[in-house]
Amino acid sequence: MNKTLLSSFHVSPRTQGAGMKTWKKCLLTLAASLVFGNAQAADVNTTGLAVTDTTVKVGILHSVTGTMSISETGSVQAEKLAIDQINAMGGVLGRKIEYIQEDGASDWPTFAEKSKKLLVNDKVAAVFGCWTSASRKAVLPIFEQYNGMLYYPTFYEGLEQSPNVIYTGQEATQQIIAGIDWVTKTKGAKSFYLLGSDYIWPRTSNKIARKHIEKLGLSVVGEEYYPLGHTQFNSVINKIKLKKPDVIYAIVVGGSNVAFYKQLKAAGIDMTKEKPLVLTISVTEDEILGIGGENMVGAYAAMKYFQSLPNENNKKFVADFKAKYGKDIVIGDVTQAAYLGPWLWKAAVEKAGSFDIDKVRAASPGIELTTAPEGYVKVHPNHHLWSKTRIGHARTDGQYDVVFETKDLIEPDPFPKGYQ
Amino acid sequence: MFAEYSSSELLSIFAMQGVAGLILFSVFVLMALGLAIIFGQMGVINMAHGEFMILGAYVTYLTSHVFSTYLPDFFSIYFILAMILAFIAAAALGALVEWAMIRHLYHRPLDTLLATWGLSLILQQTYRTVFGPREVGVTLPDWLMGSYQLTESIELPINGLFVMCLALGISLAVALLMYRSRWGTQVRAVVQNRPMAGAVGINTGKVDRVTFALGCGIAGVAGSAFTMIGSTGPTSGQLYIVDTFLVVVFGGASSLLGTIASAFSISQAQSTMEFFMSGSMSKVLTLLFVVLILMLRPQGLFTLKVRR
Repeated sequence: MNKTLLSSFHVSPRTQGAGMKTWKKCLLTLAASLVFGNAQAADVNTTGLAVTDTTVKVGILHSVTGTMSISETGSVQAEKLAIDQINAMGGVLGRKIEYIQEDGASDWPTFAEKSKKLLVNDKVAAVFGCWTSASRKAVLPIFEQYNGMLYYPTFYEGLEQSPNVIYTGQEATQQIIAGIDWVTKTKGAKSFYLLGSDYIWPRTSNKIARKHIEKLGLSVVGEEYYPLGHTQFNSVINKIKLKKPDVIYAIVVGGSNVAFYKQLKAAGIDMTKEKPLVLTISVTEDEILGIGGENMVGAYAAMKYFQSLPNENNKKFVADFKAKYGKDIVIGDVTQAAYLGPWLWKAAVEKAGSFDIDKVRAASPGIELTTAPEGYVKVHPNHHLWSKTRIGHARTDGQYDVVFETKDLIEPDPFPKGYQ
Repeated sequence: MFAEYSSSELLSIFAMQGVAGLILFSVFVLMALGLAIIFGQMGVINMAHGEFMILGAYVTYLTSHVFSTYLPDFFSIYFILAMILAFIAAAALGALVEWAMIRHLYHRPLDTLLATWGLSLILQQTYRTVFGPREVGVTLPDWLMGSYQLTESIELPINGLFVMCLALGISLAVALLMYRSRWGTQVRAVVQNRPMAGAVGINTGKVDRVTFALGCGIAGVAGSAFTMIGSTGPTSGQLYIVDTFLVVVFGGASSLLGTIASAFSISQAQSTMEFFMSGSMSKVLTLLFVVLILMLRPQGLFTLKVRR
């Protein structure tokens, strides 16, 4: 039988009253599960995960302290919202989701340690978490060793495919190729200036961008990287003015982002004139909060989700999100991808009829979500999502107008041939 | 690299590049001045310097909020008031910290290093709890935005010019305070010989507190000014701290003139190299250059001649 029932036998005389209550609760639960036909915990959980007849435990692992908490807060909020909504609908296989939240504290070894705690001590059935590639790389060996399931929300550089991870954000080619195709076709761009923060994601992304630009027979007139946290961009802005590219392709992240766009505007480059046009894959609505809409207006962003998407799913999602977290909250691409995690896991568990990691993994490819705020998504056998890519045009109020979306879902291709 | 450009284009680019270097110089001076006063005059390594700057930035953010909500007519001038408030807030916190923590740790430089580092973590988490982990956007009055069109092809960023004027003004004020005022004489006396200064009737404890508060206050003003060019978040202070220490140590810890000279040489080197190569590479070369000079001249560029 389950743990609650067993523990209720150990009743000291002092807590007899409470013990009686637990007994009654258990009987009620038992009755309920008989009535609703819940499968017994032992049947849906053969590997000893934290699943009872009424509950299932999952982990949330993000940074709520340290540098990365700027970005990861939205993901935590989205995952909690999804879990609440699933619970309100009756949970997963009739079991309410209980989450255990751990703080990765923007520190990669801490992520590894906490993920081990979640998998080994808490025996969670799934973990929703990580944000940076560095944190994902740090927890990956642990998820593979202890056979856990991680739902990872961030758009990232690709070049990875683990049986223990479902990647709910876009990998690089999905984001980049559609964006560059759009800017060359509709804006007639011929020359590009690639700019990024100096670490793996911008470098890999720009490599893909450069290959694609060169395949199209167009030119890259500059490519450079600045250390994370760099705050002075006047020199590179002068260089850009000298080279006169049609497009500034910017993958600057974090605090540098704010400095870059403020200084770009101060240097007299008005992005609304589109000379040069600014196309980014790193600025979501979340980042615009810090940059300021008046400094970002006119820029274009290529990603799969914008808060302003006009479909019904998204309207409901935005309304629910605001009802829970306040009307001033903004939702960026990664926040929406994080929201998909619990839903995809629920769908996979129900398809498998089991919480067992191996069965959930086997059931995952082909899982579809028609209720996703970004529209329809589907899990590819390579554990990434089929998704559309959209182009947003920044407004002064910090939101994007969606000016383009790809006709079809784009196939995820984490190991793109010819782009490495 | 320049073959395909006309001479007038080149001229204007070099002019703008010169201005970019001067802006970087002003930013460095603003960052480093407060730290130089504290480190140079008191021997305290203030690892929380960046967090004092961010306090100034948050005060600016709050002021902009208050003005846009209650006094929209005066929004265009709020920035000046915000800087004054930033100075007061950061100086008050500085005085409090000196009283509660630093004064017990004089002559133990490594302990002040640890204690102020702890303070920086506490302040970061406090900002995060109060203002949230996300960066806040500070709305600027229109006259501080955009650029000034000098000629057809030369555009000067207005916020950069503002930072330059501010750096100049604060440097002059500090110089006057240090070398022309009675208080400055006392500070210099304490730096040179503490027991003797005490013996002639200078209240050294009070001088220390005011010096520390002044350094923190200047950091607050710098933070307020940097809302124009950078981000305002709980950990934004960390973006500046390395460069700040670099400038102060390179200049020779106890010399304010040295701080200015070192800010000038580092900023010029960096912005020139950034123009010709990638940002990461120019940072590496700048650091190498500083290390090399410090190997040859461990005391920094300028030193104070003190009879020990």
